[in-house]
Amino acid sequence: MINGAKRYIPDDMCAFISSKNHLNKERKLIERKQKQLNTVFLDSLSDVFDILNIDSNMVLSFHHHLRNGDKVIQLVAEEIRKRELKNLHLAPSSIFPSYTNLVNLIKNGNITNIHTNYLNGEVAKVISQGYLKGKLIMNTHGGRARLIESGDLGIDVAFIACPVVDKYGNGSGAVGKSACGTLGYAISDLEYAKKVVLITDTVVDKLDNYQLDGQFVDYVLTVDSIGDSSGIVSGTTQITNDPIGLKIAKDCANLLDFLGLIKNGFSMQTGAGKTSLAVVKYVEEIMKKNNVVGEFASGGITKAYVDLLEQGLFKKLYDVQCFDLDAVQSFQKNKNHLAMSASEYGNPFEDNPICNKLDFVILGATEIDLDFNVNVTTDSLGNLIGGSGGHADIAYGADVTIIISPLIKSRIPIIKEEVMTVTTPGSDVDILITERGISINPKRLDLRQKLKDSSFPIFDIKELFDLSHKITGVPKKIINNKEIIGFVEYRDGTYLDCIYKVNHGF
Amino acid sequence: MKGIAGSKESNDCLITIESANSTTIEINSIVGAFFYDQIMETVKETLAENNITNVKVIVDDKGALDYTIKSRLLTAIERMKEDV
Amino acid sequence: MFRSLLFIPGNNPSMLQNADVFLTDAVIFDLEDAVSIKEKHNARNLVKNYLQTSTVLPKQVVLRVNSVDSIYFGEDIKLLKTKKIDYLLIPKMNKETMHKVDIVLNDFERKNNLEQIKLIALIETAQGINEIDYFAENKRLSALFLGGEDLANDLEIKRTDSNNEIHYARSRVIFSAVANGIIPIDTPYTDINNVEGLRKDSEQAKELGMKAKASIHPNQLEIINEVFSPSMDEIDWARDIVRLSKENSDIGVFQYKGKMIDKPIIEKAEKIINKAKQFGIM
Repeated sequence: MINGAKRYIPDDMCAFISSKNHLNKERKLIERKQKQLNTVFLDSLSDVFDILNIDSNMVLSFHHHLRNGDKVIQLVAEEIRKRELKNLHLAPSSIFPSYTNLVNLIKNGNITNIHTNYLNGEVAKVISQGYLKGKLIMNTHGGRARLIESGDLGIDVAFIACPVVDKYGNGSGAVGKSACGTLGYAISDLEYAKKVVLITDTVVDKLDNYQLDGQFVDYVLTVDSIGDSSGIVSGTTQITNDPIGLKIAKDCANLLDFLGLIKNGFSMQTGAGKTSLAVVKYVEEIMKKNNVVGEFASGGITKAYVDLLEQGLFKKLYDVQCFDLDAVQSFQKNKNHLAMSASEYGNPFEDNPICNKLDFVILGATEIDLDFNVNVTTDSLGNLIGGSGGHADIAYGADVTIIISPLIKSRIPIIKEEVMTVTTPGSDVDILITERGISINPKRLDLRQKLKDSSFPIFDIKELFDLSHKITGVPKKIINNKEIIGFVEYRDGTYLDCIYKVNHGF
Repeated sequence: MKGIAGSKESNDCLITIESANSTTIEINSIVGAFFYDQIMETVKETLAENNITNVKVIVDDKGALDYTIKSRLLTAIERMKEDV
Repeated sequence: MFRSLLFIPGNNPSMLQNADVFLTDAVIFDLEDAVSIKEKHNARNLVKNYLQTSTVLPKQVVLRVNSVDSIYFGEDIKLLKTKKIDYLLIPKMNKETMHKVDIVLNDFERKNNLEQIKLIALIETAQGINEIDYFAENKRLSALFLGGEDLANDLEIKRTDSNNEIHYARSRVIFSAVANGIIPIDTPYTDINNVEGLRKDSEQAKELGMKAKASIHPNQLEIINEVFSPSMDEIDWARDIVRLSKENSDIGVFQYKGKMIDKPIIEKAEKIINKAKQFGIM
């Protein structure tokens, strides 16, 4: 059948209808985990597997706060290999390039199903090539929280890497030798998994402040090291020096200013890329010039936002994950740098998630189509290279969703007739800003009206599409292999698109 | 006789041309999936316009636009002619 | 009319394909100093094919050719046949160079049935400065462009942030350009990461009378455009003057905010309005 985003979905699947459809549904919650009387400390992963009877066909979850420096998922993967467990279902919130020892486990059928919000590197490659025997389900950050709390994905054991744990089993990411800041993506796992194991390399007597409540923790496993700090804080802190990126950023900030979005009490979120950082810098200049103080910025937090908080330009930061060391340190010491869970961030069934309070968000795209659908999941050939993360959550929640991107990336035009994969439905995308022009989604009559007499270079998206083809020539259409290897699951649990095996030869 | 022109910088291409018994064109492009045919067409056209036959052409493309490919090939042809 | 000009190396496809995007009044495609001897051919081919086939070009196209005394000049000017070039930038301009260029171009125009080719003179030697009044009146010239770095080399002095060493040259270029009704263009600021230095340098040049400045990196354009554009206050003032002059067209002289306004001031206001319109500020 064809779903609400005009994409094909197999008939037996629950098809995406619209991004507002969750408003017609009731929140579904399984019972939270039973409280623990006492938390057991172990120092052998093998013992953890034995005691918890971890076996084939189980669902194991992880978070990605240690990013490319994570050693925990690697440790567990090694134990799975040794024990020759089969048909495991993994639910890491993201998969990074360093998680290489998952590759053979996928190829050999130890891991056969995966839920995740983002993946790249070697694991993404082998899944694109069709090696995962079951299915890959790509969630959003908020959608993953919904998935777990509803029991739609029952987690047998959650392995939660935790930089510091106290003797009561309370955990925090703020300090410790592998400090990574907030642990927002692990909260649903903590509260709803059948069994919870914290894995740490630092145990203290008592934590006064903690994000993970020991009452949900069954076991604490101590190991030598949970992460490599150089890989943990891998966020970009350099503003782009690329003149095209700077032009796009400048136009973006000027447009926000023109639309009156940079006003007292406003809230915003951007990605952590170099061009986004330039937008933040220009927004900062406008705030200072006009004496504007914003209410909050949210998301994965970088130094750029820490600076704004410390200058009093924002009252609060809501942080689901820290991208750099400055963010980690700010989270430790600044009481207005607040942790949020993935659910508080973007779960459509939360009463008032942070994403819904956002005035505007600035996001990237690998492709965007004439209906404004955005793809950040696959490249233009269908290879998996990312995923929604919070993309679809905040695009829905924010009043104005802006996509910034060069019109052409190494000869490949970014605007397509149809994107290869829909990550975020076009109904939630309002403005596209490129170096050669700006396009407004026709459904945003209000924005079109406001910008009608402005001097911004505004075009129909089809005009920008035609312009890019004039420059590059018309790219050949890529015909998908029809073999479905996974799905993009929208935040409400419906299916937004299929993910296909890539053609050989690319 | 052989001529080389261009570079492997992004949006550029490195073109090698040398005399051979018949004409062969080899294209390695990072955007080959989308533009292989168009690159091939540009190379063939440029060879024909300059009456060049019996050459082996290798295009190592990093996303160059057609005018860049054509220019690099023209220079490579000139260099091949000078290479005696 | 220019405020800003941007140099782009002729052999750089990445820069070329974005030349239309940068916020500059003119792009200078460089076949001279930015291109090594063995790549002269390659760069010329690239710029030629770009100009011939690109569907998106900068507002104004300037081509910096090699010296009229070099073996490349004859080949370089053939790019004029694309009819996409608005100005040639002639390096190391002096009286003799102007003369030679004139002869070659007269011949080239006749043979190729082209209209008179417009030039910008790059003045970058002591001789060029000394002889400036002898060539500045040439009808081909649209602007005089001071090349401060090469001039300092010629004088065997250091370039400094004070710009004392080029003060005389700047003034000569400005006086000669204005006297001949053409545009004086200031030398580029070479420290591309120094934003404050660029602003100071541009403001200093503007105060002396420079009307435009060249840049060597796109990130310099925003400041240059800002400094060399009429300010909003100036535009508002000019609007008032032009409006009042129309209302008082029969008198010729009138008062504005306690000041006498006569013909030269009205002309100044008209120039500001004209500039603001050209640069898309109003």
